Amino acid sequence: MTAVPAIEVRNLRRVFRVRQGLFAEPRQVVAVDDVTFGVPTGSVLGVVGESGCGKSTLARLILGLLPPSAGDVLVDGKRLADLDRRARARLIQPVFQDPFASLNPRRRVKDIVGMPLAAQGDVAAAEMARRVAEMLARVGLSPEQGERYPAQLSGGQRQRVAIARALVLRPQIVVCDEPTSALDVSVQAQILNLLAALRRELGLTYLFISHNLAVVEHVASEVAVMYLGRIVERSESEALFRAPGHPYTRTLLASVLTPEPGLGVPDVGLGDVMPDPANIPPGCRFHPRCPQSFERCPREAPPAWATTGGFAECHLLEKPAPAAVAGAAASQRQLAR
Amino acid sequence: MSEALSVPRGSGVGRRLALMLGTLIVGVVALAAVLGPSLTPNDPFAQDLGKRLVVPFWMAGGGWEHPLGTDQLGRDYLARLVYGARISMVIGVLTVIASGLIGTTLGVLGGFFGGRMDDVVLFAITCRLSIPVVLVALAVVGLMGNSFTLVILVLGLLLWDRFAVVARSTTMQVRNLDYVSAAWCAGCSRASMLLREVLPNIATHLAVVATLEMALAILLEAALSFLGLGVPPPLPSWGLMIAEAKDYMFFSPWVIMIPGVALFVLVFGINLLGDGLRDMLGTQDAR
Repeated sequence: MTAVPAIEVRNLRRVFRVRQGLFAEPRQVVAVDDVTFGVPTGSVLGVVGESGCGKSTLARLILGLLPPSAGDVLVDGKRLADLDRRARARLIQPVFQDPFASLNPRRRVKDIVGMPLAAQGDVAAAEMARRVAEMLARVGLSPEQGERYPAQLSGGQRQRVAIARALVLRPQIVVCDEPTSALDVSVQAQILNLLAALRRELGLTYLFISHNLAVVEHVASEVAVMYLGRIVERSESEALFRAPGHPYTRTLLASVLTPEPGLGVPDVGLGDVMPDPANIPPGCRFHPRCPQSFERCPREAPPAWATTGGFAECHLLEKPAPAAVAGAAASQRQLAR
Repeated sequence: MSEALSVPRGSGVGRRLALMLGTLIVGVVALAAVLGPSLTPNDPFAQDLGKRLVVPFWMAGGGWEHPLGTDQLGRDYLARLVYGARISMVIGVLTVIASGLIGTTLGVLGGFFGGRMDDVVLFAITCRLSIPVVLVALAVVGLMGNSFTLVILVLGLLLWDRFAVVARSTTMQVRNLDYVSAAWCAGCSRASMLLREVLPNIATHLAVVATLEMALAILLEAALSFLGLGVPPPLPSWGLMIAEAKDYMFFSPWVIMIPGVALFVLVFGINLLGDGLRDMLGTQDAR
């Protein structure tokens, strides 16, 4: 029970200052707002949300690509900021969205995959070549493709190269930032299956960020729903898709396009106001778009209430009995660990 | 990703022709600079006052002994022109190497690290841009006497601004690409990120700047030599040849036309080469 979570995030916050004009006051954009969660070793936490909700910023914070404005990121129980670059690389690796931008066009595939090994500085050339070849075979690429340049590969093959690069050091944790959304639909399933198979074989922990609910349902054991920089609901994957607790999660699920002709785009009653992370509404940040909001919502930020599979931040879920409230808080604490 | 952006610029055939012509001109001049003395039996420094201002072969009275005639001291003009090509090319190449090293280092550091470092680099660029190159060159040469090395030093230390500007802006673009982020996550040191990820991907842009700077350096050297503050006589720099010929241009116009045309053609060729390179990269780099 006291096992250290693979990723632990404590009160993480990231603010960007955006200058609007020469004389305008710079605006503060809160991309990630006081987020706390843990990802148990060996599990897959899916993070969903619409564009601009802060999920990519969250990924970059956890990878150490961005320093947090406040809070801590712990990887395998150690503060990310305290790790040196080699130790960090051995623990946590990324797979980025666009395989056309994530591979250096001037290097051969085998050099791209070997880069993390080379950066360790103590791997002999022969050993490096052996491990690169083994990794390429694992992701389904031939040794001959290792001699090529990224421009000579298809999108799916490039994403396999990116996965090979992420796994060649045998990290425990992989942060997948929309790893399939730049790929053709026919290739997406192959990459997802590859990621799932590699996770089983190598015992990996994934933080899987996506805006595609079907993809998250397919891979994730737990799902966190992000809205304007906060995790508004977190739950076991099955429970979340069966019985979503937060109104935002419900509208997200309702907005999934169905392949049925004539239905058109579903109207989920969110209106056409886009959320603005530079101007977060008071109280519950979802209330201006919420179909069920009432007078309490703009006044008070909702605490986390227990749901069937986890917690959600919504006033509608408040249980009158004090015992239930205490239980909810306890279960939230337990989930956060 | 950006198929829509990779529209070829200009007509393909014309562009390729320009690139080929530029390569040909620069290649011929470079070859002449390398082969130099073996192209002509005559010594560029040997004076023969009995044979002053001999006309070139295409004019009445010209011969093949001195194909491009002789100058006012009876020195073979072809030999001096070929030797002058060597001086122009050496000055061009060395200036580009020196200024390229300075400018690229500053630009890449500023663009990659940003913040305080970038402020310093921007300030250095602004300072450099407010220094008039020709005036500084005149002052330095006036104080220290003219020499071949001094010309290269002055030009090399002053012509790095465009390298710095281009290196800085391209580095800022590349720095934010995912493959640089991936290199950081892979545990690469900052030095290896700069050398392996950033530099190879901005090198093509720097090559274009290098051609422009080389043409500029050659022209500046000619201008300084014309003013008597470039390479010292009797070295046959093209600018010096033009300067020495200007007293005779009314009766022997070829003495000023030959080095003038040579200078024009070389700079024209280098610029064609640069334009061609840029267009080639524009279509090849687009993924």
